[in-house]
Amino acid sequence: MKAHPADYELVVPGTLSAVLSLLAREPGAWLPIAGGTDLMVQYSAGNLSARNLVSIWNLPDLRRIEVFPGEIHIGAGCTYTDLRENEIVSREFGLLSTMASWTGGIANQNRGTLGGNIVNASPAADSLPALMVYETELILVSMRGERRIPYGGFHVDYRKTRLQPDELIRAVCLPRRFSSYHAHARKVGARHAQAIAKVCLAALGRLSDGVIEDIRLAMGSVAPVPLRLADTERAVRGKRIDPPLVDLARKTAAMEIRPIDDIRSTARYRAAVAGNLVAEFLEQLRAAGTKT
Amino acid sequence: MSESRLQGSKCEITLAVNGQRATVRVHAMERLLDVLRHELGLTGTKEGCGEGECGSCSVLMDGVLVNSCLIPVLQAKGADIVTIEGLSSDRQLAKLQQAFLDCGGAQCGICTPGMILAVHHLLRRRPQPTLEEIREGLSGNLCRCTGYMQIFDAVMQAAQRGAAT
Repeated sequence: MKAHPADYELVVPGTLSAVLSLLAREPGAWLPIAGGTDLMVQYSAGNLSARNLVSIWNLPDLRRIEVFPGEIHIGAGCTYTDLRENEIVSREFGLLSTMASWTGGIANQNRGTLGGNIVNASPAADSLPALMVYETELILVSMRGERRIPYGGFHVDYRKTRLQPDELIRAVCLPRRFSSYHAHARKVGARHAQAIAKVCLAALGRLSDGVIEDIRLAMGSVAPVPLRLADTERAVRGKRIDPPLVDLARKTAAMEIRPIDDIRSTARYRAAVAGNLVAEFLEQLRAAGTKT
Repeated sequence: MSESRLQGSKCEITLAVNGQRATVRVHAMERLLDVLRHELGLTGTKEGCGEGECGSCSVLMDGVLVNSCLIPVLQAKGADIVTIEGLSSDRQLAKLQQAFLDCGGAQCGICTPGMILAVHHLLRRRPQPTLEEIREGLSGNLCRCTGYMQIFDAVMQAAQRGAAT
């Protein structure tokens, strides 16, 4: 380990209000740490610039899943295991539980939290494209009060978010209106568990009389932020799925993403795969439409 | 604020390790892995990658499988920790450990303690796991020697011998 524990401070206030009041007193001075699956890696490598950490692991106010008639609120401190074990999440938000199952191995799923994943803001995070397509909103909390914002605009640039230094994500709100959609998730990487994606796709779609009535596409690892493929959605919405449309979608997706060359893949490969994944989803959607 | 201390000062942390209370004076950001190995002398828990990729440092914390290299020890205050040393009793190997021996599920041994803790965690939730469940349960534990097949055999054997009970 390259870090010296003596150089760091960690406090465990124990309640959400105590954490928020610390953040309000000294905004920007304390870095919240939940399950540590990202921060402890940076720390051990000697790459954690923050010296003062405040634990938000297992705060009861952040670790529950609340069910309302129109939506569910997932506490930001819920782990991937919590998501996978929740019946409503698996039944109505299958993309989220599938993508949670691809995140790390079991030990990391037991500690990694949904809120931590969002704030860590890796463009390669597996679960974030799922949140994108479900029209998620975030409840942010601070001593100043709560505000609710669409998740779609939360990531402003590479690892930059709209979260203020005195704020935490309290809950992730998912509207319960996508259970009738055809859902598809695909991760292309060296392996499913314990591997970071080269490209991953979360997709929802619904046909009406053979026409794409609604479609939602989001990808990870193809831009500085998790990316909603708005151009591609627009290009196919209201159309009938046929080979020329699939081709158009493939090309639009490849144009719309902003991939880079890195240790896991190349921009060229990512563009080709991104197009193929969108094409694969449209073929599936058409097949699902002809069955019913 | 009571938790506030000068940087660099140590704090006293009590936790239960393998059923016994232990109190250590350590820095809050010390890794649980290092506290187990260096302060408590429990060297069965191994360090592999040190970044949560390999599972060698797996332990149970309050019954949940975790990578001890990613736990700041202050977050383990008051927790119930089980390491590989806590699985055998009275010099008697657990059924699970015996199955690994019988099936050749261990070679160099570095991944073995973490592997066994991960299987222990799996069998408590799925006493008779399918091969797919075994693969998933061990997906966070890397072995560079065995090629995994003997390990999967050992888990099957252990399940048949009622290791979960």
